[in-house]
Amino acid sequence: MKKLIIHHDRIDDPEKWVEICPFGALEVVDGKLEINAACKMCSICIKQGPKGAFESVETDISAVAKEEWKGVAVYVDHLEGNIHPVTYELLGKAGELARKLDHPVYALFSGSGIIRNAEKLRYYGADEIIVYDHPALEYFRIEPYAAVFEDFIIKRKPAIVLAGGTTVGRSLAPRVAARFRTGLTADCTLLEVRENTDLDQIRPAYGGNIMAHIHTPNHRPQFATVRYKIFPTPERRKEPSGTITRMQPAEERLKSRIDVREIRKKEQQMNLEDAEIIVVAGRGVKKKEDLLLIRTLAAALGGQTAATRPLIENGWADPRNQIGLSGRTVKPKMIITCGVSGSIQFVAGMQNSDYIIAINTDENAPIMKVAHLGLAGDLYEIIPRLLAKMTADPS
Amino acid sequence: MELMVCIKQVPGTSEVDIDEKTGVLKREGIDSKMNPYDLYALETAFRIREERGGTVKVISMGPPQAAAVLFESFMMGADDGILLTDRRFAGADVLATAYTLAQGIEKAGVPDIIVCGKQTTDGDTAQVGPEIAEFLDIPHVTNIRRIVAAEEKTVIVEMDMAETVEIMSVRYPCLISVEKNIYTPRLPSYKRKLEIGDREIIRLSLDDFSDRNELHYGLNGSPTQVLKVFPPAPNTDHDLVRGDSGHLAAYLFERLVERKFIRKDPV
Ligand SMILES: Cc1cc2nc3c(=O)[nH]c(=O)nc-3n(C[C@H](O)[C@H](O)[C@H](O)COP(=O)(O)OP(=O)(O)OC[C@H]3O[C@@H](n4cnc5c(N)ncnc54)[C@H](O)[C@@H]3O)c2cc1C
Ligand SMILES: Nc1ncnc2c1ncn2[C@@H]1O[C@H](COP(=O)(O)O)[C@@H](O)[C@H]1O
Repeated sequence: MKKLIIHHDRIDDPEKWVEICPFGALEVVDGKLEINAACKMCSICIKQGPKGAFESVETDISAVAKEEWKGVAVYVDHLEGNIHPVTYELLGKAGELARKLDHPVYALFSGSGIIRNAEKLRYYGADEIIVYDHPALEYFRIEPYAAVFEDFIIKRKPAIVLAGGTTVGRSLAPRVAARFRTGLTADCTLLEVRENTDLDQIRPAYGGNIMAHIHTPNHRPQFATVRYKIFPTPERRKEPSGTITRMQPAEERLKSRIDVREIRKKEQQMNLEDAEIIVVAGRGVKKKEDLLLIRTLAAALGGQTAATRPLIENGWADPRNQIGLSGRTVKPKMIITCGVSGSIQFVAGMQNSDYIIAINTDENAPIMKVAHLGLAGDLYEIIPRLLAKMTADPS
Repeated sequence: MELMVCIKQVPGTSEVDIDEKTGVLKREGIDSKMNPYDLYALETAFRIREERGGTVKVISMGPPQAAAVLFESFMMGADDGILLTDRRFAGADVLATAYTLAQGIEKAGVPDIIVCGKQTTDGDTAQVGPEIAEFLDIPHVTNIRRIVAAEEKTVIVEMDMAETVEIMSVRYPCLISVEKNIYTPRLPSYKRKLEIGDREIIRLSLDDFSDRNELHYGLNGSPTQVLKVFPPAPNTDHDLVRGDSGHLAAYLFERLVERKFIRKDPV
């Protein structure tokens, strides 16, 4: 563990240095520079402060017996037994991590009447699929779901636990991580493992403006959540592998103070995440009516339309079709952005797309650094000409 | 009805930049404001209070200057404010933040409903709420898009799941975290500012908690550690094309055909 200490003898004018901390964590108390609760341990003061005045020191901490924790576990995200595809992406990553450590891959599957779907998981490389099938797990309610998760962790002691950054994953993973007093890193975009089973976790911070490299050196298991479409889906294997183990949860742990009264299906809608081709309208589109141009292009390519936040805020497009940090993360085969500047918050939601095309009048727009193909031109001129070529005799 | 809302002070902008050479955060324009998502949590609590009566307390963990967001919430209508501040809380990750808040909430008295925002714009994890609930051993529900009713012993809520909406009742005491746009937040009122006068906030430090072990707070109590921060990697494979629109459209058309996004029909 690290701790910041201040060597006051190396600071001549405390007031002068208050400003170097961007988080306002330095203040002068009784003529001395002190660190307050705003400290983010970013180390800026060490680099920019007076030489040797700020120091980061290791404090002693009893280390966890890492060798007792073995395996990479994936929480199987599902709705009424229908497995969410993020699960397969995580199983692919888990396999990669586990091979490096020579550890097993576990899939934790809990619900009611789900056993029939467990077989599907056998085609994605899990060594053991642990199933808790019980009527009390019919709906996602936090206490029973956390209880079986806890039971699983106690019994298998995995070194690493991965969950999807879905509604359920984001509610369940922190609850269980807190129960084990361990760390949880949300929305990881890169995961690698060291030989000592320490997980290197990279995630965007401050709205995607910076990336943070995080680890959990003294606690097990190490929890991470990953959004859908961040990791590739592994190939479905030809032959099944691994075993299915049914576990019996303790009845008294399945009680809940939550009652599910009604479940309403939302009107079915094509999820933007599932689209293979997306055409995005940005503020370069001047009027609501002009969105027709974008929609026509999307339709001609058999794709979906999406928009940047300013258009959503204008009420021109459905909020569900916002891409970005506060919208959706997409990874289509192709994405064409039209009149989008490429703000970091937007890019955070689409930079993993296979092929990125940008149409922008400004060749210096940040999106041009992200795009595989950048067209420095006017969308109002390029798109109609493209559409004309697509409908005309192509030769 | 006792309500408590967790609010956080966050940087006023997320346009934080890193100096590529030194790896240091550039600090232009870092002022602070209330986490915008917490405005919806506050509004939710006010609506429940309007319905059932009672009080709305606000609680925040942060540096002394975070008192500003508590005062702002007073101007919106909060009754009491608690600030958890202590240099030993510095460097807290999700676990240590949630633990500190849970200790503070326990000290202040666990209310019927704790309301959290969906997420913060700086931490951006949406995980502090569920961890607080775990430490307090109370049920929690996230992604709430509507409060159907606050009844005698339970609150009935609508949870927004990917494909469904679930209506559930949750027994008190409980923690809920609410979606953005659940209700339109009210503006701080100048009139109320005058009424409040110099209302005091309650400041608590580690010494006020039932668990006074320093190792459970701040950086010491944080299992996750930030090794370093760095700017996102740029994509190096790009092709930038200039020229008149006819040329650009033709070029694009060719690329789309090449990559089989457009099929050239056999004539
Ligand atoms: C915490 C936070 C979260 C956010 N989350 C998101 C998010 O999830 N998603 C999101 O989209 N935004 C998000 N934003 C907003 C984001 O910062 C940008 O404001 C937004 O993405 C900009 O949208 P834009 O590119 O469409 O508009 P602009 O930045 O205004 O860019 C318009 C572009 O169109 C070009 N243009 C103009 N006319 C034409 C033409 N005729 N032909 C071609 N090009 C033309 C211009 O050169 C310009 O580059 C967030 C902001 C914050 C602070
Ligand atoms: N330091 C804090 N003080 C008070 N509430 C907080 C704090 N950090 C997080 N919260 C609450 O937890 C929610 C989720 O935060 P986060 O997990 O950081 O995205 C926020 O919307 C707040 O309601």
